Amino acid sequence: METKTAAVSLRNISKSFGAVKANENVNLDIYKGEILALLGENGSGKTTLMNMLSGIYFPDEGQIMINGKEVIIASPKHAFDLGIGMVHQHFKLVDVLSATENIILGLPGKLNIKEATSKIKEICDKYGFEVDPDQKIYNMSVSQKQTVEIVKVLYRGADILILDEPTAVLTPQETEKLFAVLRKMREDGKAIVIITHKMHEVESLSDRVAVLRRGTYVGDMMTKDTNAQEMTNMMVGHAVTLNIDRPEPVDPKKRIAVRGLTVRSMDGILKLDDVSFDAFSGEILGIAGISGCGQKELLEAIAGLQKVEAGSISYVYDDGKKDELLGKDPLKIQEMGVTLSFVPEDRLGMGLVGNMDLADNMMLRSFRNGSGFFTDRKAPAQLAKTVVEDLEVVTPGISTPVRRLSGGNVQKVLVGREIASAPKVLLTAYAVRGLDINSSYTIYDLINKQKEAGVAVIFVGEDLDVLLQISDRILVLCGGKVSGIVDGRTADKNQVGMLMTRVGGGENEQ
Amino acid sequence: MSNKAKEPLFHIVKRDDTTKKKAYMVRAIAILAALIVCAIVTTLLTGANPIKVYGTIFSGAFGSARRTWVTLQSLAILLIISLALTPAFKMQFWNIGGEGQVLIGGLAAAACMILCGDRLPAGKSVPSWVVVVLMIGASLIAGAVWGLIPAMLKAKWNTNETLSTLMMNYIATQLVAYYTILWEVPKGSGKIGIINQSTEIGWLPEIGNKYLLSIIVAVVVTAGMYLYLNYSKHGYEIAVVGESERTARYVGMKVKKVIVRTMALSGALCGLAGLLLVGGINHTVTTTISGGQGFTAVMVSWLAKFNPITMVFTSLLIVFLERGAGEISTIFGLNQSFSDILTGIILFFIIGCEFFINYKVSFRSKNVKEEKENV
Repeated sequence: METKTAAVSLRNISKSFGAVKANENVNLDIYKGEILALLGENGSGKTTLMNMLSGIYFPDEGQIMINGKEVIIASPKHAFDLGIGMVHQHFKLVDVLSATENIILGLPGKLNIKEATSKIKEICDKYGFEVDPDQKIYNMSVSQKQTVEIVKVLYRGADILILDEPTAVLTPQETEKLFAVLRKMREDGKAIVIITHKMHEVESLSDRVAVLRRGTYVGDMMTKDTNAQEMTNMMVGHAVTLNIDRPEPVDPKKRIAVRGLTVRSMDGILKLDDVSFDAFSGEILGIAGISGCGQKELLEAIAGLQKVEAGSISYVYDDGKKDELLGKDPLKIQEMGVTLSFVPEDRLGMGLVGNMDLADNMMLRSFRNGSGFFTDRKAPAQLAKTVVEDLEVVTPGISTPVRRLSGGNVQKVLVGREIASAPKVLLTAYAVRGLDINSSYTIYDLINKQKEAGVAVIFVGEDLDVLLQISDRILVLCGGKVSGIVDGRTADKNQVGMLMTRVGGGENEQ
Repeated sequence: MSNKAKEPLFHIVKRDDTTKKKAYMVRAIAILAALIVCAIVTTLLTGANPIKVYGTIFSGAFGSARRTWVTLQSLAILLIISLALTPAFKMQFWNIGGEGQVLIGGLAAAACMILCGDRLPAGKSVPSWVVVVLMIGASLIAGAVWGLIPAMLKAKWNTNETLSTLMMNYIATQLVAYYTILWEVPKGSGKIGIINQSTEIGWLPEIGNKYLLSIIVAVVVTAGMYLYLNYSKHGYEIAVVGESERTARYVGMKVKKVIVRTMALSGALCGLAGLLLVGGINHTVTTTISGGQGFTAVMVSWLAKFNPITMVFTSLLIVFLERGAGEISTIFGLNQSFSDILTGIILFFIIGCEFFINYKVSFRSKNVKEEKENV
């Protein structure tokens, strides 16, 4: 790459948080007209590094050079002045304002919506964005919001773009659209850094990959000279296998029967519309769909946490006897003797208590045990120790608050607790969201083990590649309706992607 | 590098690794720094010798056996109120109605004393122990009801508990004012005066001396609250509900029930403090009998980070400063406000030092040096 000029050079960047070294002597060059994929496991320091570039953190040591000149980036505004723009994983938009208003928010000078709108249109035309400048954010889909974020960064004149896991919330079709735009930006000579966990995206989009491992820089290579296996090995530091097992279901029996389930949200919006399906023991039923299509409501309804308008959810015993789960709260379901485990999407806001330690979190399910006024602290502590050992949770000890653990370890604690009760039904929502490859595979393994033990697993996922590899059957939700149930072994990605957006699948939601 | 922007003068780094020992060091340094600043302020504003002022504060609180007992008794009452608020706070239910709950408990106790006391015609009098039992029941229930009303409003309609508990304070104060006029002795004085002065009906028994009863109750409540919060099933539910209601529902806890139950406890314990104030210490009730301790207790509980054992020390600090403050205002001819200034400075340092326990400040000079080494 001698012919290209380095837009950004990071030299010996180090940053620690307390005793944790998030980055240590990292050297990285980012070139114009190139898409760089930044790879690394959770906690390898990708986001920290990029946050230093965008002025959110300040490095403890090292230099940053922009176009060959050393600079000090003291604030996000400063980063903008240097042409660096970052699109964060969590959007930072004001819901009640329009796209234009969000884009010019905080810029100096006189407020001139008209002029801004025409400039935004210009940018959109140039790169092929589809955005209505006057549309309010709360009316937008996730992918539209993301587009606004990207336009916002471009509007401010950024020519170095950083995108932190931009595809996590998109459908395959939306992802393709985003990639087309990014390629156009590359042609325009912009430097683009993309952080992602999905290997096939790295392969299809990036020109070069750079790998971080535990805060240190491992190396970089041209994408065309490498493959997913090699990149993964570099990230993890040793060889790993990239196949998810899918054992054949053994003696499947009907376990959960959902009929005509209809759920409305607090403000009267139809979240689930006449949903019917069966889940069998020893089987993984994958649930696919764009986020917010009723997945959360579906799982919470089964777990007894969601008010339901109509329909029924019955638990079927081995002898064919049925028990209605609707209208019962989690405590009642537990008292009925139905062991139903639920790994919710919001790990620290629902499944666990972030400020409590591992042992106390284990107690969430068992604190009622015993008849006395006081809690039994020994059994949960023992369970915490077992989970830490069995699932290789990285933690200073069982009396560490779980919020201090990394995402993967938090999930291991949660899954570990939920499967400890030997469930009959296991509900998981986005079980590997934000997890690195190693942790993800640990979780897939655990789920598969549950399946082999005869548990009926309902697996809500967002990565279609994973859903297609792990599920025996896939139920596709679109706008709260079941748009199809397909066989996981024969379905292809395009078919499921189509069902997710209802293309060729009947009328759309209102 | 002429275009080199200035590195920020300092930046703040969060730290996770502060050891307990280090944290206590920081706190000790903060108190020391607070005393030094207080000394400078004292000298500048009053010209008095700060060492002497400190000496006077100390002797004001612990200068004689009587003063020490009074200090300990005040400590006991403040501690009980602080402990009463703590379960609510741990549940993130901001009960700032301690003042009203104490008052209403005190009023209930006073009502029992008055209605079953000297007013009854001779021959019909009720034995004192019966009155005491009535008072205990009445004040605990009154306090609990005062806590329950905002709790139910919160559980049913999700009203803001800060406002409703605060409003309940005013209702309690006005109720006391109303009954003061109704029961005033002698007529027209606007005061109830000492109740049952001759017969001492309904006066709580003295144990050892007249101060010890409150202190013993405080010790029992402290130990009980520590066990309740840390080892009981209820305490665990309170902690989970406080951290995240969604988690609580997820594991099948009845959030509304926990809120109502906890506030009943919180209010009842405040009522207990009212009982001690009326039946054990003052033998009368006035609108100012709790003296703002319902609010001071909020600070005490927070300073102790809701740990009942630590609360003994934080309430001691506050009571010590208040008692000493009274003393310096008389000895040095300063008014009470000056001691409030000192209290304010000390609290500022104690609360402020938590920042340095959680964060580290890196200054520019260090970085520049390192950069030069790197170049």
